[in-house]
Amino acid sequence: MEFIIVKFVLVLIVFLVSLGIAAYSTYAERKIAAFLQDRVGPDRAGPFGLLQPIADGVKMFMKEEIIPTNADKGLFILGPSIMMMTACMTGVVIPWGDTLFINGTEYAVQITDVNIGILYIFGVVSIGVYGIMIGGWASNNKYSLMGAIRASSQMISYELAMGLSIIALIMTTGTLSIREIVEQQQGFHWNVFIQPLGFLLFIICAFAECNRTPFDLPECETELVGGYHTEYSSMKLGFYLFAEYINMFISSAIIASLYFGGYNFPFIDQLGLSHNMLTLLGTLIFFGKIFFFIFFFMWVRWTIPRFRYDQLMHLGWRIMIPLALVNILLTAGVVLWKNGQLFN
Amino acid sequence: MVLATLSVFSALMVVLSKKPVHSVLYLIFCFFTIGGHYLLLNAQFLFAVHIIVYAGAIMVLFLFSLMFINMNKESEPHKSNLLKVAATLVAGCLLLVLVSTVTDTGGSLPAPSSESQIGTVSNLGKALYGDYVLPFEITSILLLAAMVGAVMLGKKNIE
Repeated sequence: MEFIIVKFVLVLIVFLVSLGIAAYSTYAERKIAAFLQDRVGPDRAGPFGLLQPIADGVKMFMKEEIIPTNADKGLFILGPSIMMMTACMTGVVIPWGDTLFINGTEYAVQITDVNIGILYIFGVVSIGVYGIMIGGWASNNKYSLMGAIRASSQMISYELAMGLSIIALIMTTGTLSIREIVEQQQGFHWNVFIQPLGFLLFIICAFAECNRTPFDLPECETELVGGYHTEYSSMKLGFYLFAEYINMFISSAIIASLYFGGYNFPFIDQLGLSHNMLTLLGTLIFFGKIFFFIFFFMWVRWTIPRFRYDQLMHLGWRIMIPLALVNILLTAGVVLWKNGQLFN
Repeated sequence: MVLATLSVFSALMVVLSKKPVHSVLYLIFCFFTIGGHYLLLNAQFLFAVHIIVYAGAIMVLFLFSLMFINMNKESEPHKSNLLKVAATLVAGCLLLVLVSTVTDTGGSLPAPSSESQIGTVSNLGKALYGDYVLPFEITSILLLAAMVGAVMLGKKNIE
């Protein structure tokens, strides 16, 4: 019973934190964009415009809800729901921190540690494609359909390269559980030093999977009006936009935990703090890493223009996948050589 | 029990739906319920791969081509009665074969293993690359041949 309550509280916290961070990512995005373009950005609602996300949320809820006459009503509603659901589901397997001792019992700061954590994330992400496809098709609009088709082909293509780059990482760590991968990176033994090429491939694919610039062809305003969400209004549109920010938050968390040591930080053992304090500090540092990657996502968005669609596919199939395969071969060779099993 | 009902229901809806896109969506749902059965059998890895490969990749391509064609009632080709009868006969034969195999093996099903680690990645890997390495490699060659064939067909169309 106690177990269920603890897990329930954890789920609630993770859910609320991801929603809160997603909401404030919209604010951060506008502020960073303004900074990079030498503007001021939102500053009217509250001090420094801090209430802007709340005002935006209220605006989204208050807007008129329009379902096009020729749209498939059930699927039209299903699309954004799937999008939001899958975005919130991935946070379950991420280890947010080490263990906490409360009243003598040890609790892991993670909702569940399944032994196929990485595959779980891949599964959920691959379902997320349906949110875009169903929404785009059900709108009964050719721009939406074009956007949906672009999005899904892009996501499938980059999922391949992403999976291949992860395989090399799994070869060196020998486990699929994200918690174990994080625990192996104790101190400063971060995977990014072992797998630099794999990390580069992974982060590029993460950009493509989140439909962020330079890979935001699915919602290319100049060609497709609004892309797959052209026909959406009110909170259904809000769900699509919101899910993008949650995805960004979650993929930053995954990058931080797979390649940058998760809640580990250098000199963790030399601080002389109690276990609980270290866990809290680790969680804070983990969030620091996540915020850095969210900032990185935004930084890239306002620096690099978007690709042409054939360039995007060329990059995905002719450059990323071969590179990922070379990375796998190299890693396999090195792992065997270290174990003394090569050329024997 | 609930899961089995859901999978049979969604499988029926695949056939009975009026719109092709709805059929595909029901098929995806059907895959999910089958994945649920894998989970109940302690095969988490198989569940994840099933979802990623079937629901995540193959069905997206299905949906893809269906959306491009954008079939509706008017454009649906009318089939002659002879074809319908033939199709029913073939499907009936397949059903007969399937039912007979199921009843044949029904008596000798291995007892469900109580070991919860049976379906984990490491056990599966050891089985695939240890006991069943030859069939596994032959299957991968088969897939490779299919891939090369697809590329060849694709190239011919360009020239």
